[in-house]
Amino acid sequence: MGKNRPDAILKAVSKGRGGVSVSHHKLTADLETVRMPAPERVVLPMLQHIGAPCTPTVKKGDTVSVGQVIGDSDKFLSVPIHASISGTVESVADVKLANGNMAPAVTIVSDGEMRLCEDIAPPEVNNKEDLVKAVRASGLVGLGGAGFPSFVKLTVSPEKPIDTLIVNAAECEPYITVDYRECLENSWNIMNGVYTLAELLELKHVVIAVEDNKPEAIKVLKKIADMDNDHGNAVRLMTLKSRYPQGAEKMMVLSATGREVPAGGLPADVGCIVMNVGSVAFVARYLATGKPLVSRSVTVSGDCIANPMNLRVPIGTSMQDIVDYCGGFVKDPVKILSGGPMMGTAITDLNVPLLKSNNAVLAFSKKAAGFKKESPCIHCGRCHAACPMGLIPTDIEKYALLKDADTLTKLGAMVCMECGSCAYSCPGGKPLVQYMRLAKSVVREAAKK
Amino acid sequence: MDEQKLFTVSASPHTKSPVTVRGIMLDVIIALIPAGFAGTAVFGLRALAVIAVCVVSCVAFEALSVKIMKKPMSIGDLSAVITGLLLAYNLPVTIPLWMCVVGSFVAIVIVKQLFGGIGQNFANPAITARIVLLVSFASAMTNFTAPKALDAVTTATPLAVLDRTADISAQVAEGSLPGLLQMVIGVRGGCIGETCAAALLIGCCWLLIRRVISPIIPLSYLGTVAVLMLAFSRFNLTFTAYELLSGGLLLGAIFMATDYTTSPINKKGKLVFGIGCGLLTVVIRLFCSLPEGVSYSILLMNVACPLIEKVTAPKYFGFVKKKKEKKAKEGAA
Repeated sequence: MGKNRPDAILKAVSKGRGGVSVSHHKLTADLETVRMPAPERVVLPMLQHIGAPCTPTVKKGDTVSVGQVIGDSDKFLSVPIHASISGTVESVADVKLANGNMAPAVTIVSDGEMRLCEDIAPPEVNNKEDLVKAVRASGLVGLGGAGFPSFVKLTVSPEKPIDTLIVNAAECEPYITVDYRECLENSWNIMNGVYTLAELLELKHVVIAVEDNKPEAIKVLKKIADMDNDHGNAVRLMTLKSRYPQGAEKMMVLSATGREVPAGGLPADVGCIVMNVGSVAFVARYLATGKPLVSRSVTVSGDCIANPMNLRVPIGTSMQDIVDYCGGFVKDPVKILSGGPMMGTAITDLNVPLLKSNNAVLAFSKKAAGFKKESPCIHCGRCHAACPMGLIPTDIEKYALLKDADTLTKLGAMVCMECGSCAYSCPGGKPLVQYMRLAKSVVREAAKK
Repeated sequence: MDEQKLFTVSASPHTKSPVTVRGIMLDVIIALIPAGFAGTAVFGLRALAVIAVCVVSCVAFEALSVKIMKKPMSIGDLSAVITGLLLAYNLPVTIPLWMCVVGSFVAIVIVKQLFGGIGQNFANPAITARIVLLVSFASAMTNFTAPKALDAVTTATPLAVLDRTADISAQVAEGSLPGLLQMVIGVRGGCIGETCAAALLIGCCWLLIRRVISPIIPLSYLGTVAVLMLAFSRFNLTFTAYELLSGGLLLGAIFMATDYTTSPINKKGKLVFGIGCGLLTVVIRLFCSLPEGVSYSILLMNVACPLIEKVTAPKYFGFVKKKKEKKAKEGAA
């Protein structure tokens, strides 16, 4: 562990394993982000992050303004939820989320004014502790898709010192272009975020990672990395050969530092923080303005969308409103995804709200959705070759069906991050990710006993 | 719920690679075509008849067995066609056609379908069928004719004639062995598909370009044979080249040892598998009474495949050895 020579980077890149090359389909790469006007109503679920759900702090009939806290929790792993539009609370009730779970949610009917909450003021941040507190208050979760509360990542414990921040602009999922647009449109905030975090967290290294299929973003990020200031030497740009799932957290850490995150561990275990480029830019914006996370960028694309777009949308806007704003459908979609085609969730209908962690809404026809008839395993090994974690998915499938938790643990089923590379590459069209999830639940069930 | 139309929901990923089982099998068939042409050119039209009978009977047996076992029709995946081709390529051109049908029955019904169909057989069907035919009909299976370009007289394969104690060049010069160039283009006695090294290598290139096979097994197999033969012959290059080009080595190393179902899927396992095949082939050729050992080597390694996979199981990402961790903790404390 712990190689820090700059030349370790090149070595690490060639060490990276597995993965698949998927067609990029970045249809919206050249489209400037459009700010979507406030919808008639937003639905703000109290669970938009990994962790404990918030308790609503408003009730029916209350008047709320943009940025006002409407839900919070005293549990550690949780971040507050803010009103994303101004108006009146219509209801506080359970709603269905994109992943099929139910959660309590606050529904706000817009007054059309987008009035900003009067309490909003830039936070005073002078040290690490202030930063963590501020980032929690901002309601930030990882904007890349997982929805892990960002302040937890920034909480550095003395036993696990952090020396490296990895800014993730790889965006290896097909179709999605929000991080790419962030690089081109918000470079000032990215730069501020990078240098502020480097200073406050006393980091030795900052690595900005981007895939080589985004030359325009590379130009911008290179300028940021080459800045001549106190931390100028610490910041480096790393261009990765474009390959899915290059942008996965553990892959990033390996590529940038040559360190392997232990199974069941987090990047912090090897001294790293990985943050999405949009999250870094948001931190800078929040420190300057104090405006919490009330809107986010989202790519609306796929072969059924009339006008694919990059949108800036108030959180809680329904998928229906988003699709309507993009001109609706040109042909009947069979699949709607919240997130990218490799890891996103298929949703049954458009009546679900956009969450903090959703970076895309995609609508696919039958042809684009790539249905494949399932056929028996031929032991070709493509799933194993594609697995960035070095797992053997077909073995795990076998033992998952046998509900053999011990063998599954030995096979490493729990380190699977569900990137989908195995199922993507399977010539037999087997739903391997589903079997991996089954395997994990078998192991979890056994652990409970 | 009201009557609104719901969208399809399924587990991620929502996009799939264009590779299909049928596509892979088609690539293997394409890769096998040059060797079929070469065999027909060398041994005459009867070779084509043997190939046709094997392919047709393999497909028919596949269709029949899935029908009887009430399983979904599986001939569309084209794997039975490959078994038929490989079986034919492993037979001498003079073989009675009814024996081809018997071989196809062994390959498809006994080795493949009775064990559960595609992906479930423990040994390569074509190789097992060849061995069954060899032990059942020894004389018909070793009745090799000389290439039709010469006279259609009975001849032996170079491996059977080869005198490993004497100088190779001298044997070639006196005419008892074909020259190296003849070995490369395949004008020699042998099975239909195994003689033309050039055609087999073209097929190999196709499989590698299309990423159907990984080069590990062919390279480690051929490499092991080459190294051991070099050592045995005290660095006689002609001898080593002769060993590599003769018998069914290339056909076996490229098309049969690489069979997905019966070879390991991880890289280390593939390496062990290839080296094991090479080792067994050399031992059989040099020290056993059999002239050729490719089929037996591959069959033996097929049987050892699950064991190899178990022993060479790859470490997953972030794997931490329990003992090491404890030691590290003790060290820290």
